[in-house]
Amino acid sequence: MKQLKCDPLNIVICGIGGQGNVLASEVVGSTMTELGFRVSIGETYGASQRGGSVMSHVRVSAARELGVLIPEGEAHFIIGFEPLETLRIARRYAGEETLVVYDPRPVYPQGVLRGAQAYPNMDALRAEIRSLSASAREIPAADIALRCGDARAANIALLGAFSRLSGAPLDREDLSAVLRQRFRGAVLEMNEKVFALGCEAMDAEGGAQ
Amino acid sequence: MEWTMTLDAPGKVCLMQGNEAVVRGAVEAGINFAASYPGSPSSQILGMLGKIARERGFYAQWATNEVCALEACIGTSLANARSICIVKQNGLLCTADALHCGAQHGVKGGLVIVTSDDPSAHSSTNEFDSRFMAMSADLPMLEPTTMQEAKDMVPYAFELSEKYRQMVLLRLTTRVCHGRSNVTLGPLPEAPHPLKAVGEWDRLVCVSYRHTPMLETLDSLQEAFEECPYNRYAGPEAPKKLIVAGGTGRLYAEEALHRLDAGGEVGLLSLASLWPLPEKLIARYLRGAEEVLILEEVDPFLERNLQAIAGKHGFSIRFAGRGDGALPRVGELTPELVLAAVAGLAGKTPPARKRGAEEPLLERELNFCAGCPHRATFHLLRRVLRREKNPGIVVGDIGCYIMSSQEAGHYAYQACNCMGSGINLAEGLGQLTAYGLDQKVVTMCGDSTFYHSILPGLVNARYHDSNMLLMVLDNSATAMTGFQPHPGTGVTAMGDNVAPMEIRPICEAMGCKVAEADPFDVDATEALMARLLQEPGLKVLILRQPCATLKSKQGRAKVRVRVDQDKCFGDGCGCDKFCSRVWGCPGNSWDFTKNKAVIDPVSCVGCGVCAKLCPAGAIVVEGGDEA
Repeated sequence: MKQLKCDPLNIVICGIGGQGNVLASEVVGSTMTELGFRVSIGETYGASQRGGSVMSHVRVSAARELGVLIPEGEAHFIIGFEPLETLRIARRYAGEETLVVYDPRPVYPQGVLRGAQAYPNMDALRAEIRSLSASAREIPAADIALRCGDARAANIALLGAFSRLSGAPLDREDLSAVLRQRFRGAVLEMNEKVFALGCEAMDAEGGAQ
Repeated sequence: MEWTMTLDAPGKVCLMQGNEAVVRGAVEAGINFAASYPGSPSSQILGMLGKIARERGFYAQWATNEVCALEACIGTSLANARSICIVKQNGLLCTADALHCGAQHGVKGGLVIVTSDDPSAHSSTNEFDSRFMAMSADLPMLEPTTMQEAKDMVPYAFELSEKYRQMVLLRLTTRVCHGRSNVTLGPLPEAPHPLKAVGEWDRLVCVSYRHTPMLETLDSLQEAFEECPYNRYAGPEAPKKLIVAGGTGRLYAEEALHRLDAGGEVGLLSLASLWPLPEKLIARYLRGAEEVLILEEVDPFLERNLQAIAGKHGFSIRFAGRGDGALPRVGELTPELVLAAVAGLAGKTPPARKRGAEEPLLERELNFCAGCPHRATFHLLRRVLRREKNPGIVVGDIGCYIMSSQEAGHYAYQACNCMGSGINLAEGLGQLTAYGLDQKVVTMCGDSTFYHSILPGLVNARYHDSNMLLMVLDNSATAMTGFQPHPGTGVTAMGDNVAPMEIRPICEAMGCKVAEADPFDVDATEALMARLLQEPGLKVLILRQPCATLKSKQGRAKVRVRVDQDKCFGDGCGCDKFCSRVWGCPGNSWDFTKNKAVIDPVSCVGCGVCAKLCPAGAIVVEGGDEA
């Protein structure tokens, strides 16, 4: 069995309803289960499939039975589908050793479009995410997925990027195998392309030193 | 994963959602019959049971409502069937009469009711603690902490139900339903539970002289729960400081004790049998305890009952929990709340951590999905009501359209009670229009709600000719809970095609005036709404347009909507940024650099309604058929 960087190892995946959070957490969780680990996943979505904030907590341990929620400040990885949501989660769950990978493309809340609220300044937002974590990498996941033909595959690009981080509990090969299990034909081809581009985008960023 | 539901591999470890674990438990118990009405967080259970029912030789049904579901299960119990009924907290409340009468007559074949509570009301209008229903109806109740227990407790509950000839409640909470963890599969039965002919003297009749036997059954169950294998204790033999946890609290407490290194001096009693409570087991650990912390979801149910047990035995104990302020009175337990409470009990300091900026981040409000027909409906309704002399009264109901009580629907609702209540609230108000109330009364329901609980109200409103408009927002789906079939869809939980029951002829057979429109046909719908409001008596308007998410699941031909930024006047237009600010579809975004409208290609589903509404004609629909 692989050695975990920490036990329990805690991963938060966050974004907006409909971006593929649940699939991403389920893919990571079942892969870790197949590898022989104990996994607990907590999904917080409620009615927020309709535009609200969503988060998944994925917890992995060699032997311990864990609650489905990660205690605040105890995330080792944060995978963010949207910058504001990434900051929201970093404020609650990031600690000194947290590695963050996120898509910097903002999705404006309805209040911002209505003119009732202001979206945070992007430079300040980036700086705060960096200051709360050990390392924060930006991956244009939605752009990659749109370029490959389906914006819904942004989660696969981010999983690719995540797999290239040092200390990630699963690697590129583990996830490639899962993609081949889950998808067939043209959909598999598209997802493999998105996944590869996600991996390469992280490698170009220099991984997480 | 769905394939693990019927996997014949005892001992294999799978990652399972709590809802999936219940399905697996039901399959391992060899059920004969399953019925449910969708309700989050447990909607997935019957959906999955329906898919595997034929293969495993049982019957599964999306019932028209929870009362139909539970009463059908009680019926099948007479023929020795093992039946499972799945409801959410509000659905359990719907079944209250059947539940209390059923408790009095008991069951023959095993009957397990799975009820899901939603602490923090993540996907509900309210929090409710279904343990009080068990207490009120004198029924046994179990609550799992892990997905493994969620699976294992289903066959255990069936054994109890058959041994004691009583219904058994299994309480789940959202964190169990929607969480995932490892489950070791058990063996599958060769065949479903054997049915038996209903004998002449097999009786399930609710009569008052059954009250005493029912209470004696509860006494026997209390004895049995003293040995319930899912109740457990860890810690010193006679703890001075004790935690008592029901449900999710156990794992949070174990982690908190581990982090605080306090497991040596603090005892942890985890209870899975929640009603009747194993009083002797509890008293054994309360005796000698000075401080007791109770961890439970929703109300201080255990806290009050343990105080009663302590009082009965004359123990002097300081109790801490939701009832005394050590934990909040509302909202679910979290690792942080439990850590702080356990630290308080153990006299330790929780670990400190670095915090982000103090100023709060903007929250994302709920909105109708891109392309949702309800957005058009509420936009048009507002326009029509604004032209009235006095503002109209809008009474809501339960479904996606409940979001119209927020910004997404221009705060349309004056009232919204429970499922099926809208027609009745409006009926009462409609009668007052003959007694000096000079306002138009409008209510609405979805197609699934129409069958669930609008029908009796519609009979009442039609018979008494209430002066009101009922809008049936027919989007061809039980959309909010995940597109389960209902009597209007023509399919069943097991995938059979059947004759749908159309809403229009049902209303017409009752003698209602019925009109129909497509909310995407904005001008015609607006004119029709305005005309109907002027007509006296009861009117029914059926607004038909399929749910946008359902359409995208069915993969319709994609059209492309874009903004011609040369035609868009941006900030300078008198429209006040109509598309993004007023219409408010997630597909209508704003280009803050050019100060012009823009379509978000990720969100837009191509309904094209905004193109019909843009006063500058700057939104263009290309390719395919627009809605």
